[in-house]
Amino acid sequence: MRIFRFQQAINFMRFKWPALMLSALLVLGSLGLLAVKGINWGLDFTGGTVIEAGFSQSADLSQIRTVLAESGYPDAVVQYFGSSQDVAIRIAPRDGVEQSRISNEIMAALAKTSDSQIEMRRIEFVGPSVGAELREQGGLAMLVALLGILLYVGMRFEWRLSVGAVLALAHDVIITLGLFSLLQLEFDLTVLAAILALIGYSINDTIVVFDRIRESFRKLRDSTPEETVNDAVTSTLNRTVVTSLTTIIVLIVLFTMGGALIHNFATALLFGIAIGTYSSIFVASGIAVQLGLNREDMLPPPPPEKEGEGTEPLL
Amino acid sequence: MLNQNPLWRYLLVVGVLLLALVYAMPNLYPEDPALNINATRGGAVSENTRQQLEQAFVSAGITPKAVTLEAGQVLARFASAEDQLRARQVATELLGNVNYVTALNLVPTTPDWLAAIGASPMKLGLDLRGGVHFLMAVDMKAALDKNINDLTQAFRADLREARVRYRSVTADTERGQVQILLRSAEDVAAARAALARLDREYVFTDGAAEFSLNVSLSENRIREIREYALNQNITIIRNRVNEIGVAEPLVQRQGADRIIVQLPGVQDPAQAKEILGATATLEFRLVDDQGDLAAALNGRLPPGSSLYYDRNGQPYLLENRIMLTGEHITNASSSYDEYGQPQVNISLDAQGGNQLSQATRDSIGRRMATVFIEYKPGEELQADGTPVLIKQEEVINAATIQARLGRSFRITGIGNPAEAQNLALLLRAGALIAPTQIIEERTIGPSLGQENIDLGMTAIMWGMVVVLVFMVIYYKVFGLIANVALVANLVLIVGIMSMIPGATLTLPGMAGIVLTVGMAVDANVLIFERIREELAEGRSVQQAIHQGYDRAFATIADSNITTLLVALILFGIGTGPVKGFAITLAIGILTSIFTAVVGTRLLVNLFWGGRRVQSLPM
Repeated sequence: MRIFRFQQAINFMRFKWPALMLSALLVLGSLGLLAVKGINWGLDFTGGTVIEAGFSQSADLSQIRTVLAESGYPDAVVQYFGSSQDVAIRIAPRDGVEQSRISNEIMAALAKTSDSQIEMRRIEFVGPSVGAELREQGGLAMLVALLGILLYVGMRFEWRLSVGAVLALAHDVIITLGLFSLLQLEFDLTVLAAILALIGYSINDTIVVFDRIRESFRKLRDSTPEETVNDAVTSTLNRTVVTSLTTIIVLIVLFTMGGALIHNFATALLFGIAIGTYSSIFVASGIAVQLGLNREDMLPPPPPEKEGEGTEPLL
Repeated sequence: MLNQNPLWRYLLVVGVLLLALVYAMPNLYPEDPALNINATRGGAVSENTRQQLEQAFVSAGITPKAVTLEAGQVLARFASAEDQLRARQVATELLGNVNYVTALNLVPTTPDWLAAIGASPMKLGLDLRGGVHFLMAVDMKAALDKNINDLTQAFRADLREARVRYRSVTADTERGQVQILLRSAEDVAAARAALARLDREYVFTDGAAEFSLNVSLSENRIREIREYALNQNITIIRNRVNEIGVAEPLVQRQGADRIIVQLPGVQDPAQAKEILGATATLEFRLVDDQGDLAAALNGRLPPGSSLYYDRNGQPYLLENRIMLTGEHITNASSSYDEYGQPQVNISLDAQGGNQLSQATRDSIGRRMATVFIEYKPGEELQADGTPVLIKQEEVINAATIQARLGRSFRITGIGNPAEAQNLALLLRAGALIAPTQIIEERTIGPSLGQENIDLGMTAIMWGMVVVLVFMVIYYKVFGLIANVALVANLVLIVGIMSMIPGATLTLPGMAGIVLTVGMAVDANVLIFERIREELAEGRSVQQAIHQGYDRAFATIADSNITTLLVALILFGIGTGPVKGFAITLAIGILTSIFTAVVGTRLLVNLFWGGRRVQSLPM
C-alpha cells in the first residue's frame, strides 16, 4: 500500500509564495493574538494554588463558591475538572504570610459544603518566586533549543538551510502559541515540554527533507534549485505523511484516553505536528530557496560510508 | 555476499533484548501492601519486636505474608490493603506512636533470582504513586541577621576585654554589618587591632560618622553560614520526616538555599506540613537532687520542680527555672575527648555564654539536664482542619557540671559515638537558626495516582495497537518486522528505565512513551520508503535493501540528534514530571534507532538477505 505514487516531481515550489504568505499571515495573526489576548499562564508560571477535589456525588459549583467566599476566598475560580464529581479550585497568589496553608483551609471549607464524601485528589501550590523562575527557565530553554538547532543544522548543512529550518521552527512554535492564546488554553509546564518536543519533532521532519535536498543537488546536475527541491520534497513526501500520520494517531489516543492532566500537552503536540508537517514541506525549503540556495553552495559530499560503519557504535 | 550478517551480531542483539527483558520483568509482579515499622530518635527495633508484632497480627486474625527484620526496621507484607490498614492499627496499639513509627508502603514482590541480579521495578513518580512534594526555601536573611546580632553582642564583650572604650556597638542587619562608634582615632585603631586578632574573617571599613568602624564578614564566612544553615535544616527535616511515617522519603538539597522533600504515599499533606513546619526547642534545667523522686512519681511534686522523662521512660525531677534556651546555641558537634570517649562540643552566643556562666556559678557538682521540646500533631483537629499540636518534652541528656560554663562547653560521659552524634543533632535541631518556608507543593492523592497509571497504560496500549495495525496494512510483511522492532523498543525502554537508578516514570513520561511509539516507526518508515524507491529505480532486491539501510541511516542519525538535543535541554530545566518526560523521550530515541536500524536489518537479512528473491513483500 502506498499513499502517493508520483511519476514525476510535484511542483511544490510553485506554491512557495502563497505558502509563505499564508505562513506570514498566521505568524502575524498569532503574534497579534499573543500581544492582545496574551497567554493563559498556568499555575506553574504565575504561582498560586490549585486544589482538585473529588466528590462522591455531583458537586454544586455555586454552593462551593459561596462557601469559599465566606471563608475569605471570594476570588477563587471554581470549575469542573474532567467530570461533574471532580472540581478544580484555583486561587491566585496572595501576599499572605503562610501561603502553603491555603490548601488546608480550602479543604476544611469544602468539607462543610456537602454531605458527600470529599477526597483530596491533587494540591498544587507554587510560590510567586518559583513561578517567575520557571517562566525564566522555560523561555531560556526554548531559546537554547532553537540556538542549539541553528548551530547543529548550520554545521551539518548550508547556512541558508539552517536559517530556513530555524525560521520554520519558530513559525511552528509561534502559531501553536497563537492557538493557545486564541482558545485561552492553560499553558503549564507540560505544555512547555510539549512545545520543546514539538521543536524536536519538527526539526526531525525538516532535516529529513534537507538531507534529500542535499542528495538531489548531487544527483540532478542540470536542474534549477527549485526543481531540485521539488524532487526532494516529492520523494520524501510518503515518509513525511506516514510518520506524521502515526504520530498524530497516537496523539489522538493520548488526547482521548490520557486524562485531563495531559489534555493540553496532547493538544499542543497534535496541533504543532500538523503545522510542523506543513512547514517542513512548504516553509523551510521555500525560505532556503528564496535566500538563494544553489548547487555551488552545497557542502562537498561527505566521504562514502562503509557498510555497517555507522551502526557499530550503537551496539 | 550482500546482506548477510555474522552470527555474533544476531547473538549480540538477542542478548541485549534478553537482558532488557529480564530487567523489565520485575514490573510484571504486583506490589504487596506492607508496613514499615521504625524506631524513632536513633533507637532500634529488635528481633523481639518483630516476634511481638507477628504474634499480635496473628492474634488479631490477620495473616501476614511475611514479617521480616531488615536494615533496622520491621517489614510486614500483607495480602490485601485491608489487612494492611488493620495491621497498622494493631501495630500502633502494641507499640504506641511515640517511640515507633508505622508507615504504609507498597513493596515490590520481585522474585529472589531477579533481585539477586539487581533487577527491580521502575520507580514511579509522585504523580503516579500519590504523595507530597515540597520545595522549601531556607530564609538565609534570617541566618545572616542572627549572626550579625550575635556578633554585636560578642564585640561589646571583646572590646571591654581589650579595654577599648566605645560609645556604642549596634547591629546594622540591613547592610549586614556591625557599627562601632568610638571616641578617638586611636580607639578606632585599637578596636580594629583587637578584633582583627580574634578572627581573620572580619572585614573592616571606615564608617560614615566620625571615629566609627564598620565590621562585616568575609564572603567566605558568609558562605559558611549559609551552608551551615542549609545543612542544619536538611538534618532537621530528615529527622522529622522519619516521624511522619513515610516508607521512602526523599530529602535533598537543591541549589544554594532550597530543600526538596518528597513523601510518597502520604495521605494527609496538612499533617506533613505541620510536622515539617513545627519548631523544636531546647531547654537546659538543673536536676532537683533534693526533691523526693518517689514522692513526685506518686503525685506530690516538690515546689519549683516538675517531672520529666527520657526516651527510655526514666523519670527526672527538674527545676522549673530555665538556665538557658536552645536559641543561644550556635553550634554543636560530636567528637572524642582525650581518653577516646565520645563527647559533644557546644558553642553558645555571647548572651548565652553570660547566662550560662551566671547560672552555673553556684551549681558546680550538680547535674544539668537537656530537655528537647517538640510539637507533634495529635489526633484532634482544629477548626481549619489541621491537627492540634501536642507539646512533647523529653530529657535527652543529664550531665554533671564540672566547672563554671561559658561560651563553649562539652558534654562527656556519653555511651557511644552514635549517641553523641544523635545528641549533637538534636542540640542543633533545637537551635534552628534559619526558618524555612514551603514555596512549592505538589500533592497527588492516592486514588488519582492509580488513575493516572491506568490512563497512561491504556494510552500506551491503544497507541501501540493502532500503530501496529497501521504498519501491517501499509507495509505488509515488512510492517510486521517494524512491529517486532516496536515491541522490542518498548521492552528496551522499560528495561533501561528499570536499570537506571535515577530514572522515574511519571505521567508525562508515559506520554513520552506513547509519543515514542508514534515516532519510533519513523526510522523504519524512512528505510522502507528508501528501499521502495531503490526498487522503483530498478535495482536488484539485494542492492535495494543494502542501499536503503545505508542511505537512510545518515538521515536517521541527523534527524534524531536534534531531538536528543531537545530532550537533554528538557532534562536540564524540567522539574519532576517534565524530567520524566525528557528521560523517556531520550531513552526512546536511542532505543528506537537501535531496534529500527540494527534490529530490523538483522531480521530483513535473515529472511531475504543473500537469496535470489525477485520482489519484497512490502
